Amino acid sequence: MDILSLFVIIPVLTITAILLLKDTRQVRLVAAFGMGLQLLMAAVLVFLYLSARHAGNLDEMLFVKDYLWFKSLNIHYCVGVDGISVAMICLTSLVVFAGIFASWEVEILTKEFFVSLILLATGVFGFFISIDLFTMFLFYELAVIPMYLLIGIWGTGPKEYSAMKLTLMLMGGSALLLVGLLGIYFNSSPDKNQLTFNILEISKVVIPLSAQRLFFPLTFVGFGVLGALFPFHTWSPDGHASAPTAVSMLHAGVLMKLGGYGAFRVAIFLMPEAAHELSWIFIILTSISVVYGAFGAIAQKDLKYINAYSSVSHCGLVLFAVLMMNQTAMNGAIIQMISHGLMTALFFALIGMLYGRTHTRMIYEMGGLMKVIPFLSVCYVIAGLASLGLPGLSGFVAEMTIFIGAFQHPELFYRIVTILVVSSIVITAVYILRVVAILLLGPTTNEHFEHLTDAKWFEKISVVTLIGSVAAIGLAPFWLSTMIGTSLHPIIQKIIALNPF
Amino acid sequence: MSLGTFLIMRHELLLIAAALTVLIAEIFWNPNKKGSISLFSIIIFGVITIVGFIPSQEGPIFGGMYVSSGTRLLMKNILNIGALLVFIQSVTWLNKEENSEKISEYFLLLISTLIGMDFMISAGHFLIFYIGIELATIPIAALAAFDRYNNKSAEAGIKLILSSALSSGVLLYGLSMIYGTTGTLYFNEVATLFGNASLQILGFIFFFAGMAFKISIVPFHLWTADVYEGSPVNITSYLSVISKGAAVFILMIILFKVFPVIASTWQKTLFVTSILTMTIGNLFAIRQQNLKRFLAFSSISQAGYILLGLIGGNQLGMASVMYYILVYIFSNLGAFGVVAAISNATGKENIDDYNGLYHTNPNLSLIMTLALFSLAGIPPVAGFFGKFFLFTAAAQKGFYLLVLIAVLNTIISLFYYLLVVKAMFINKNESPISSFKSDFPTRFALGICVAGIVVTGFASVIFEAIRNLSFGV
Repeated sequence: MDILSLFVIIPVLTITAILLLKDTRQVRLVAAFGMGLQLLMAAVLVFLYLSARHAGNLDEMLFVKDYLWFKSLNIHYCVGVDGISVAMICLTSLVVFAGIFASWEVEILTKEFFVSLILLATGVFGFFISIDLFTMFLFYELAVIPMYLLIGIWGTGPKEYSAMKLTLMLMGGSALLLVGLLGIYFNSSPDKNQLTFNILEISKVVIPLSAQRLFFPLTFVGFGVLGALFPFHTWSPDGHASAPTAVSMLHAGVLMKLGGYGAFRVAIFLMPEAAHELSWIFIILTSISVVYGAFGAIAQKDLKYINAYSSVSHCGLVLFAVLMMNQTAMNGAIIQMISHGLMTALFFALIGMLYGRTHTRMIYEMGGLMKVIPFLSVCYVIAGLASLGLPGLSGFVAEMTIFIGAFQHPELFYRIVTILVVSSIVITAVYILRVVAILLLGPTTNEHFEHLTDAKWFEKISVVTLIGSVAAIGLAPFWLSTMIGTSLHPIIQKIIALNPF
Repeated sequence: MSLGTFLIMRHELLLIAAALTVLIAEIFWNPNKKGSISLFSIIIFGVITIVGFIPSQEGPIFGGMYVSSGTRLLMKNILNIGALLVFIQSVTWLNKEENSEKISEYFLLLISTLIGMDFMISAGHFLIFYIGIELATIPIAALAAFDRYNNKSAEAGIKLILSSALSSGVLLYGLSMIYGTTGTLYFNEVATLFGNASLQILGFIFFFAGMAFKISIVPFHLWTADVYEGSPVNITSYLSVISKGAAVFILMIILFKVFPVIASTWQKTLFVTSILTMTIGNLFAIRQQNLKRFLAFSSISQAGYILLGLIGGNQLGMASVMYYILVYIFSNLGAFGVVAAISNATGKENIDDYNGLYHTNPNLSLIMTLALFSLAGIPPVAGFFGKFFLFTAAAQKGFYLLVLIAVLNTIISLFYYLLVVKAMFINKNESPISSFKSDFPTRFALGICVAGIVVTGFASVIFEAIRNLSFGV
C-alpha cells in the first residue's frame, strides 16, 4: 500500500463506516475522526516529502506508484506528488476538517450529508494525487456531482435552481475538458504507437501546434469554468449562496482550486506553445474576472453573495497569474490558491455561524455584533484583513508575488493589464471594510441580537484551525514558497524554452 | 454433417430446447401451482446462460449461411445475461392474478425472440439475417399486447407490428437492390462485389433505414415512445435493452464486414443520424412525465451515443459498443427494475409520484440514482467508463466535433436524469409512495444490476476480454 492511495482509501473507509452507523452523534464523530486522520496523514506527507527532498531526491514527482489499469488504452492508475500537490493536499485536509466541525449541527439526513461531503473530498484528494489524465478526470467529475445533492437537499434560498445551474455548468466545463484530454491523448506520441495519459510522459513530447491550438482552449476553458473564468463564473454566486456552510467552504476553498491547478498542470504544462500564443485572450478574460468580481462584491447586500463574488475575483487572480507563465507569478498563483482557499473557507464558516445565530445574511439587518459575539467578530475581521492583503497574513504574500511576477513582462500589454488588476486590491478593501463597519461596529440595532451566544467548542475548532494556517503562511511563507518553487522549476523550464519571460 | 459441427449452433439449439420444454412442461404442471413455472423457466434459462460461456467450436456451417465466432458468441452471451435479468424481474408481475394463465406463453415468446436474435447475429447470409430479424420482432408484438384488457397495451402491440412490418419492407427493398447489383446475398461475397454505384448506395440506405427502425434512430424513432409506454414494464425494458442491443450488434457486424468499401458513406450517415438521435432523444426526454416514456426517449438518445462507437469502424469502437451495451443492460434494467417494482406495488408511473421517495423507500431511490448516474455517465459507476470508451473510439478517428456534440448532449441528459433524482431526494410530498418491501426476485435482479453497475467499470478485465474479441474494418 502506498502512502498516496491512502488519501483516497481513508475517505472511502470513512464513508463505509458512516453508512453502517445509525446514531447521528456517532456519524459526526466518525466523520471528524476520519478527516482528522486525513489531516494527520497530510502532515506526515509534508514531513516525508521534505525529508525526501532534503536527502537529495530530485525527481519531478515523488512517491510515484503506477498500476496498469486498462491495458489496451494504456490507462494507468498512477499517483505521485510534487510540492504543489502536497500543498494542495494540505489545504484540502484543513478545509475538510474545518468543514466537518462547521456542519456539526446539520439535522436533516445527517448521515447522507457527511457521506456526500466526504465523497466530494475523495474526488478532490484523488484529483491532486493523480498524474494520469484519465484518473484525474474521473476524480474531477466525482468531486462535482455530490454538489447537486449537497446544495439541493441541505441548501437555503433558491437551492434547486442553484444546484442545477452549478452542476450543469461545471459538467459543461468537464465536457469541454474531456474533448481536450482526448485530443492530448491522441497526440501524446509522435508515431501514434504508445499513446499515453501520463502527464510526465506527455510533457516530454511536443504536441503538434495545430493540435495545440485546437485543444488548449478547450482544456483551459474546461478547467476555467471551475476556476470562475469570466463569462463562465455565473454558477459561483448562486451556488455558493445557496450551499450549506461546509459545502461553500469546501467548494470555494478547494474545488475552485481544481480549476487553477488543472489549468497549469494540464493545459499550460502540456501545451505551452499554444498557451503562449493564445494567452492574451485569456489574460483579458481573467482580468475581467478579477475586476468585475470585486465590483460585484461591492454591490451585494447578502454576505454569501459578497464572498462568492470576492471568490470570483480572487480565483480569477489565480488564473491570471498562471497565464503570466513565469516563476514568480506562478509561485504567487499557488500561494494564492492556498491562501484564498483557507480564508474563503474561514469566511464561509463564519457566515454560516452568524446566520445560525441571526437568521439573516443581509448586512443591513445586522449591526454592532462586535459587542455581542466578540470571538466570531474578531475572527471575521481577521479573515477580512487576510482577504484584502494585509501584511502578516497569507493574502499579502500571495498577491504581492503575483503582481511582481506579472509586472516583470516588459511588453506594454502586460503592464497595462497588471495595473488594472492591481486596482482590485483597492476595491477589495472597500467591500471588506464596508462589511466590517456595517456588520460589526456601531450600536446593536436589533434587540433580538442582544442575547446571542458566542462560538461553541466545535465552531472554535473549525475557525481556529483555519486562522492558524492563514497566519502561519503569512508569517513564514518561505517553507511553502520553497516547496512550491523547486517543484515549479521543471514546469517553468519547459515554458521558458519558448518564452524568455 | 456430424453432430460436432451441428453443435456450433449451441446457443440456438439450447434455446429451442428450452422453449419446447417450457411449453410441454405446462401441460403436465399442477394447475394450482402455475406460479412455479417461472422458477422452472428461469432455472433452465440460467443454466443456458452459464453453458453459453463454455468455449466451443467456431466456424461457418450450412455453406457459410451461419457463422459462429468468438465475437458473435460474446454478443449472444451479453444478450443472454440481459434476458435472464428481465426474466427474473418479470416474476412479480407474472404472479399477478390476471397473468397466471399465460406464464409459459410469456417465456415461450421471449425465448423465441432470443432465438431470432441469435440467428440474426450469427447470420452469414442476408436471408438468415432477415429470418432472424422477423423471428425476433413478431413475438415481441404479441408481448407488447400482453396486457390484453388494457387499451394502451393493445395499441402498443399493433403499432409495433405495423411499424416493424413497414421497416422490414424497406429493409427487404434495400436487400433486393443489393442482390440485384451483386447477384449474391452471402456476406463475404457481397463485401467483395460491393462498390460505389449509386444503386448500391441506395440499397445500403434502404437497408440502413430498416435497421434504424429497429434501433429507433431518429428520424425512424416515432414508434418508440408509444410502444414503450403502452407495453408492460418488463416488455419495455426488454425492448429497450435486448432488442436494441441485438440490432446494434448485427448492424455493426454488417457495416464492418459487408460494407467496408463504402465506409466513408456510412460514416457520413452515422454522423448525421447520431447527432439527430442524441439531440432529439434528449430534448424530448426533458418534457416527459411518464417514466416509461421518459426512459424511452432516454434510450433513443443512448442509441445515438452508441453510434459513436460504430462510426470509426475501428477495433476500439467495436469493443466499446459491446462493452457499453453490457453496461447499458445493467443500468437500464436497474432503472426499469425500480419502475417495475413501484408500478407493481402501487401502479404509479409518473415522475411526480416519486416525490419524496427517498424518505419512504431509500434503497429503491439509491438504486434508481445509481442507475441514472450510470446512464448519464457519471463516475465512478460503469456508465462513465462506457461513455469514455465510446468517445475515445470516435476521437481516435478524428471525429472530435461529434465527440464534443455528444458530451454536450450528456449534459442535457444529466439535466433530466437529475430531475428524477431531485424528485426522489429533494421535492416535498404530502402523500409519498408508502414504504413497501419488494419480493425476493425483484431484489435479487436489482442486486445483480447494482453489482454490474459498480463492478463492470472498475474491473478492467471485462473490457480487455471484450476488446480481444473485437475487430475493425
